[in-house]
Amino acid sequence: MSFSDEDVRRVARLSRLALAPEEVSGFRQDLSKILDLAAKLQAIDTKNIEPLAHPGATAVFLRPDVVTESNRREAFQSVAPQVERGLYLVPRVVE
Amino acid sequence: MSISELLNKDLTEISGALVRREVSAMDLAQGYLDRIDAVQANLNAFITLDHELTRKEAAMADALRAKEPTSPLAGIPIAQKDIFCAEGWLTTAGSRMLENFVAPYDAHVVEQLKKQGFVTLGRANMDEFAMGSSNENSYFGAVKNPWDLTRVPGGSSGGSAAAVAAGLAPAATGTDTGGSIRQPAAWCGISGIKPTYGRVSRYGMIAYASSLDQAGMFARTARDLALLMDVIAGHDPRDATSVDRQDAPCVSVLGQDIKGLRVGVPQQWFGAGLSAGVSAVVQASIQELSKLGCEIVEIDFTMSEQAIPAYYVIAPAEASSNLSRFDGVRFGHRAEQYKDLTELYERSRGEGFGPEVKRRILMGSYVLSHGYYDAYYLQAQRVRRLIANDFERAFERCDVIAGPVAPTTAFPLGSFGADPVQMYLADLYTIPVNLAGLPALSIPAGFDAGMPVGLQLIGPWWQEARLLNMAHAYQQHTDWHTKRPEPLSGAAS
Repeated sequence: MSFSDEDVRRVARLSRLALAPEEVSGFRQDLSKILDLAAKLQAIDTKNIEPLAHPGATAVFLRPDVVTESNRREAFQSVAPQVERGLYLVPRVVE
Repeated sequence: MSISELLNKDLTEISGALVRREVSAMDLAQGYLDRIDAVQANLNAFITLDHELTRKEAAMADALRAKEPTSPLAGIPIAQKDIFCAEGWLTTAGSRMLENFVAPYDAHVVEQLKKQGFVTLGRANMDEFAMGSSNENSYFGAVKNPWDLTRVPGGSSGGSAAAVAAGLAPAATGTDTGGSIRQPAAWCGISGIKPTYGRVSRYGMIAYASSLDQAGMFARTARDLALLMDVIAGHDPRDATSVDRQDAPCVSVLGQDIKGLRVGVPQQWFGAGLSAGVSAVVQASIQELSKLGCEIVEIDFTMSEQAIPAYYVIAPAEASSNLSRFDGVRFGHRAEQYKDLTELYERSRGEGFGPEVKRRILMGSYVLSHGYYDAYYLQAQRVRRLIANDFERAFERCDVIAGPVAPTTAFPLGSFGADPVQMYLADLYTIPVNLAGLPALSIPAGFDAGMPVGLQLIGPWWQEARLLNMAHAYQQHTDWHTKRPEPLSGAAS
């Protein structure tokens, strides 16, 4: 199975990932190779086999639904690119 | 013993010197920092060094020691893989995305080590977001192998492994998603353990593939690993997959007779693809286990070849989801130029992530996208169960599985520059273990043309202690774990 440049641009859009034009053909080749690798899975008979999402699936732990954290907004926002009065700033999304 | 001799010792011996008050935490920290500074330009094992912070932690450990009773480990210096959040430390995960990220809280592993009084020497270099097998994918430059500076140390925890191998730290933290502790441990000639999935909390550990990621440790000996396991293991309600169990401390099991234990050897792992030199070393080490009274049995891995394809669907899928948090809004890199919110996301991520991370995000988005989910992602998860079943069947016939860690020794820097996907294939002996969530370790087993070779031991769920005991018994009868590379220029020996 091979990728087209348009496939690469489509998944890049889905991934919210800006690619430089010169990056596209390299990723097209790499993704085609990874997909060739993944294609080997198609030959395996997995009828009646339950998917295994993660190895500890039988023992997922739920904690009580109570507040355990204190308010550390300032500390957490100190690493944000742009904040003002406790709010994260982004370009205007509603006109 | 001079301080310089002491710095070459293992963690257990250094702990003894601290307990007997022959050395202070401050002396140890300063001794290692001097060594690190002397070789950092050559080895590049660290991303961040902050002598002030290290000395502050050492002073605290010495203060802790002044009060009784104190942990015998208080004052032990350690290198932290740059993937564990540690309050006040730059925590980059080897990425430009987090180049300026000072963690506002401690990861569970960091917290546990801090409680004991461990001292952070610095933040160990790694492949960006733990994606890689050579440490060449770090935004902060490749790490070199202390046994041969023209070769890679392995990855993704390459900085951690290189630091311990070069005598820059007696121990280091690591994470293992597809082999990222065991493979660099093997290639740098040290001991490393990847615990059972769920044994060590992932809280505060920057996520790559959450159903596979597991924190673990590097040290010089299995005994040291046992001590460290007992510090970092245990239940943490902040990680929903952290399991609440009451197991005996790993250390308490060391020294038990391994006579009669059945060691399973997967025939499929010794065929084409395994280099003759590595094969000979691994076979010899399995013979050694047999001499120690273990019974060697052949086991059959029918799904062995499917592990890499399954991993390179599942891990990228989880990565594409996990790494969506890096959006240039709440933390991490933000692009300078953007005209709207979508472009802010796209450019920040396009600039912040390196090529391997982009590759895996793209692949992950693809296999999770409409029309491909069933064919790739669900099929990979079904194959994942078949692989786990392979292990389950094997453990009906044996107590421990032994085999190689990697098909070759450490390769020269730049070997896979033109074809990064080719490098994926080298993880064939480590990846199945992550898919099944099993504990495994790598210990030094010999050399092939001057480069270290590791022996991998894999156990059933929660049997870290059994693995460590077997590794300890092996190390009581062999001296491969005591071999050190020639000191790098500038490093005192």
